[in-house]
Amino acid sequence: MKNFAQLIQKIDSTNKTNAKVKALKEYFDTADDKDKIWTIAILSHRRPPRPVNSTQIREYAGELSKIPAWLFEESYHIVGDLAETIALVLPKNNSETEKPLHEYLEDILDLKSKSDDKKKNYLFKHWKKLNYYERFVFTKLMTGGFRIGVSQKLMTRALSQSTGIDQDVLAYKLMGNWKPQNSTFQSLILEENPEDYLSKPYPFYLAYAVEGELKDLGNPEDYLFEHKWDGIRAQLICRNDQHFIWSRGEELVTDKYPELETFKEQLPEGTVLDGEIIAYPNNEIGDFKDLQKRIGRKNVSKSLLKKIPVIFKAYDILEWKGIDIRNKSFAQRRKVLDDLYDKFKDTIAPFHLSETMRFSDWKEVEKERQKAREIRSEGLMIKLVNSEYGVGRKKGDWWKYKSDPYSIDAVLTYAMRGHGRRSNLFTDYTFALWNDDKSELVTFAKAYSGLTDKEFREVDSWIKKNTTDRFGPVRQVEPHHVFEIAFEGIAESKRHKSGVATRFPRIIRWRKDKKIEDANTLEELKALL
Amino acid sequence: MSKPLLEFNNKGIYCAKADVYIDAWRPVKKVIITHGHADHSKFGHQKYITHHLNIPIIKHRLGDINVTGVEWGETFSINSVKFSLHPAGHIIGSSQVRVEHKGEVWVFSGDYKTEDDGISGAFEPVKCHSFITECTFGLPVFKWQPQQEVFDEMNNWWKDNQKNNMTSVIMVYSLGKAQRVLKYLNADIGTIYTHGAIENMTDVLRKNYDFPETVKITRETKKNDLKGNIVIAPPSAHGTTWMRKMVPYVTSSASGWMSTRGARRRRAIDKGFVLSDHADWDGLLSAIKTTECEKVICTHGYTDIFSRYLKTLGYDARTEQTQYKEDED
Repeated sequence: MKNFAQLIQKIDSTNKTNAKVKALKEYFDTADDKDKIWTIAILSHRRPPRPVNSTQIREYAGELSKIPAWLFEESYHIVGDLAETIALVLPKNNSETEKPLHEYLEDILDLKSKSDDKKKNYLFKHWKKLNYYERFVFTKLMTGGFRIGVSQKLMTRALSQSTGIDQDVLAYKLMGNWKPQNSTFQSLILEENPEDYLSKPYPFYLAYAVEGELKDLGNPEDYLFEHKWDGIRAQLICRNDQHFIWSRGEELVTDKYPELETFKEQLPEGTVLDGEIIAYPNNEIGDFKDLQKRIGRKNVSKSLLKKIPVIFKAYDILEWKGIDIRNKSFAQRRKVLDDLYDKFKDTIAPFHLSETMRFSDWKEVEKERQKAREIRSEGLMIKLVNSEYGVGRKKGDWWKYKSDPYSIDAVLTYAMRGHGRRSNLFTDYTFALWNDDKSELVTFAKAYSGLTDKEFREVDSWIKKNTTDRFGPVRQVEPHHVFEIAFEGIAESKRHKSGVATRFPRIIRWRKDKKIEDANTLEELKALL
Repeated sequence: MSKPLLEFNNKGIYCAKADVYIDAWRPVKKVIITHGHADHSKFGHQKYITHHLNIPIIKHRLGDINVTGVEWGETFSINSVKFSLHPAGHIIGSSQVRVEHKGEVWVFSGDYKTEDDGISGAFEPVKCHSFITECTFGLPVFKWQPQQEVFDEMNNWWKDNQKNNMTSVIMVYSLGKAQRVLKYLNADIGTIYTHGAIENMTDVLRKNYDFPETVKITRETKKNDLKGNIVIAPPSAHGTTWMRKMVPYVTSSASGWMSTRGARRRRAIDKGFVLSDHADWDGLLSAIKTTECEKVICTHGYTDIFSRYLKTLGYDARTEQTQYKEDED
């Protein structure tokens, strides 16, 4: 635990990615194998289940620090992180623990089934023994996600530096349902396994957003155009009688979409497709909300599979007959893909093609983009005919040209303090629109992003001076400020007082030029439905 | 009911019987100033009274003002109200204000810390009936380490960065924290460079204090000279082109707000040292206790929470709105 806590402290003392990777590498170089496997587990979201619920843990922490419960709660809202609050309010202790990390985690696994008294005793005993960082880590392991500024990718990079194993191979080794309590560092990480390479995806190639004017991109005839589909970007790999589906988040999601297994049975060996997994209820393209019902599920029920099946809409082909063809031109690759689609469209039901289009005039492109909502796309993709399939994001080859979001002017009515880097600042806002006769403001959305740090500070300071009521951590403020709120989609909702739910609402700008009377009405919002 | 000895109006803390303000935020005829930070010592008053060590500071900041200096513990009367200043331990020249009339005693703390930093004068608890206190860090999550531990950590951090061929940049307010840090930095490690704002303020104070030698960064300063050394800069320098000369650098801040990870990340700095010129939770509570007061008025900081807690301890506590800033360190 001592070494692990020191690692977290080191990571916490720098804002630089390389320094974080270096600290992690040094930890992996020296740590005990059992501790390493747990560290990998923790940093790849495999924390043990919560042994003590959040209410209990707050109560115990309040008791040990001899402060009233309300004061603990107030402190928590201001600090914005439960484990950190606990580590701060408990009486100080400077000693260090020699007990290794993996033993703590084994304790935590055991603790879940113990009586409340035993849980409390265990927490008290260790809270008293540990110093600030150890306490923070110890408590963090038992509450919420273990987010401390190290992504799984960063951890994999450090592990790769420490072991000399390729990052992509490691990424694959870390996939799946392994458990730290019955895996070893040797078997999971170090042992060579030819299968590791079988599933290996290519890095995704990404597009830049069009910022200026379309005509700045040059001649439209140099490009192929597609609609930008709203699902999960994925690679479908068929090799050696197996298939693998990787999402852009470098997550292996093969098991989540069993209807795509049919690709494996039919496509030739050594085929890798780039495309989009899209919900397809009632034989038509669904929206992202439909797909969300599938994303979270590991085990998909038959009824869900029937209600919301998915399709794979192919954009590109990266490997053909076992050969990497990413350096061929986009037009050449699309020719291969189009032929493949023609051959299999009737036998592979979920195989769809993202059709390419050609335009000779940017005005026509603009017109095509206007159709996006109607055909349930997010806008257009614009790809140079002769572009290779690159790595990451490169300016100039591929562009995305999204539909303009919906937007509406709403009034700030409530605020809460943010978490993480926004802790202690009022940055989480609730917005309202007018009812029919403009007599009442009705809440319609919450938004957390879109203002600059400077604007957040200004709003924060205004909120602190203009609070009209408090409900726990929530402040009601005088209706005074109007903000333009953008959102991607809108649907009817019984759960919301306003009767509508918006997708990805965010603040576009602070309309200091507008008075609250100028804000939009709920009717105007519903007209967008 | 007669008027309270000190009241809060739209200009500042006011003693009607003496017709004098304390730390007024709008121009008034006569004002007693607790310390030189901008939210407590505003421009435009006709007459200033403050501790003599604060005079060079406010003259540097406010220009040629009409100011009288007094010593700690020296009593002066205005319209039969007795006033005296007492060490607050916040920054150089900072004081609490004691006000007495017909046996009733009020004390305004100004900003204060209970740990003696060796340059600001040790905080002196003053017995009173009513205590007006700041509570910038009035939450039980704020508990400071002894300063020597923090400075040891700071010097070690500098040494580590030096080993890695990096320049250490520490961001602190130019008045108060900068001089406190300067006093405890180990000049044997390397050269201490300063930003102009820090150098100028420190220069003002050098007459009365013995600080290690510093070198002001100018256009002529060479990038290579800075490598491995430490730079003291105001927080406003962070992220500006001025920092270019220090590349490769490691940044840090020294403030009470560095207690929380969120605050540190928001400022996008590498290392946070928890070092405050305000009292921590235990410091506030012990200070209030030793005044033996009955009434407590909380002015700035987590006023609502802190006064609520004081009530549970049996104090007659309330809050008052002021324009003193909460976000200073």
